[in-house]
Amino acid sequence: MRALWTPALGAAGFIGLWWLAVLLRLADPVLLPSPLETFNDTAHAFTHGPLLHDLWRTVTRTVLAFLVACAIGVPLGLLLGAKENVYRAVEFVIDFFRSTPASALFPLFLILFGVGEGTKIAVAAFGAALVILFNAAYGVMNARRTRLLAARVMGARPLRVLFDVLLWEAMPQILVGMRSGVSLALVIVVVAEMFIGSTDGLGQRVIIAQSLFESALMYGVIFVAGALGYLLNLAFLLAEKRFVHWAGK
Amino acid sequence: MSEISPRQAALSVRGLKKAFGGVAVYDGFSLDVKRGDILAVFGPNGCGKSTLINMAAGLLPVDAGHILYDGQTVDEVRIGYVFQNYREALFPWRRSAENIRYPLRRMGLRPAEIEARLERLAADFRVRFDLNRYPYELSGGQQQLVSIMRALAVEPEVLFLDEPFSALDYETTLSLRSLLQQVLKARRTTTILVSHDLEESIVLADRILMLTRRPTTVADDVAVALPWPREAAMLSAPEFVAIKARCLETFTRAVAGA
Repeated sequence: MRALWTPALGAAGFIGLWWLAVLLRLADPVLLPSPLETFNDTAHAFTHGPLLHDLWRTVTRTVLAFLVACAIGVPLGLLLGAKENVYRAVEFVIDFFRSTPASALFPLFLILFGVGEGTKIAVAAFGAALVILFNAAYGVMNARRTRLLAARVMGARPLRVLFDVLLWEAMPQILVGMRSGVSLALVIVVVAEMFIGSTDGLGQRVIIAQSLFESALMYGVIFVAGALGYLLNLAFLLAEKRFVHWAGK
Repeated sequence: MSEISPRQAALSVRGLKKAFGGVAVYDGFSLDVKRGDILAVFGPNGCGKSTLINMAAGLLPVDAGHILYDGQTVDEVRIGYVFQNYREALFPWRRSAENIRYPLRRMGLRPAEIEARLERLAADFRVRFDLNRYPYELSGGQQQLVSIMRALAVEPEVLFLDEPFSALDYETTLSLRSLLQQVLKARRTTTILVSHDLEESIVLADRILMLTRRPTTVADDVAVALPWPREAAMLSAPEFVAIKARCLETFTRAVAGA
């Protein structure tokens, strides 16, 4: 019970402070609408406006980018991790692009994929794939040597060892990579929706609300995007608990 | 050294050479282990006890010489290996019973045969805990018992035990030791035990190989002709104490003689 109470109190405190700031007129009401107004405008945008569609578009793009990232990052990470000297050779390149802000790659991806859905998904997938690859490779490289030897003594051939031991050994780290990857994909998708020829998505809705001075809606969309990021993170945390029950034991 | 004819030997080592970073650990080492015997390998730290069984188990390449199991290489026979660190040797993502079934699946046995072997092992070791639990849900002694069952499931030509009890408390060690000797003797499993505990080596072994410091040679080859089963009372029997005194004397000389 306490575990639910404490964060609820924190959230209530945040809204209370916000309301207090509105009542004390600390800022121009156009810039800082009340929580109630924000809620009403956002709810209206959900029921009568395009917000539900925007949320759906952002979720779809993020999930697609994440799936592409997993399809590339997991197998490549496993293979590179299993061949540590190869990984050491490409480590610098991976680290370099992992550290490059994905937004700086927008123009390049626009040339490669044109203005459209493909670009947004490709940039987000690129960013997330590197994070997932890096984590999968480290998961494999940090596999307990004793378990690999045990599998070998029991007659497992290299490919067997990969699927029966290395994949499982790397699983906790792969899920950590997926959690970071999906968060990064969401960030990139929202930025891409703002700046790469979009007509929908949460990023586009924030920009439109801002330019039309619909500040209550703008705050509302920001909170929706925040809630989406939080829930994605939470879903992966729960998946980690459920699927890698042995981690750290 | 008692002569062992090649036909009786489950394991023969000839002219073994191994060096690490230019320092020779083994330089022409030979050994025969009789079928059904339990051989304890005892020696100072760093003399290459674990190196020896790792080479025999095919986990480490030899520089020269050969290690044969009744004329066959390690790839052609089934062996069992129990690691010191059971926590890192079992597969925590598989239930304990699945861990034991794993090597049997690799052998391609029929499911019925796999279950029969699992049941026989559980009966032999008088397992009272639930094998459907995950290894991390078991106590240390139970986990190491699962490791031992997994290694014995394949009915190995030779079973290697690398300091199997060193991470366990004394009470658990005593009960596991007593169970293990009963099963190994009943199954007539050829076993090589690496141990840093002299008492344990004498209790469990038919023969103790005392090794010197590097380059490793045999300081003494002691036959342990004590009757089986060997219970805790034997630890104070005069024959036991005499063997222990002889081994201790050799050990002190082997370490000091470096």
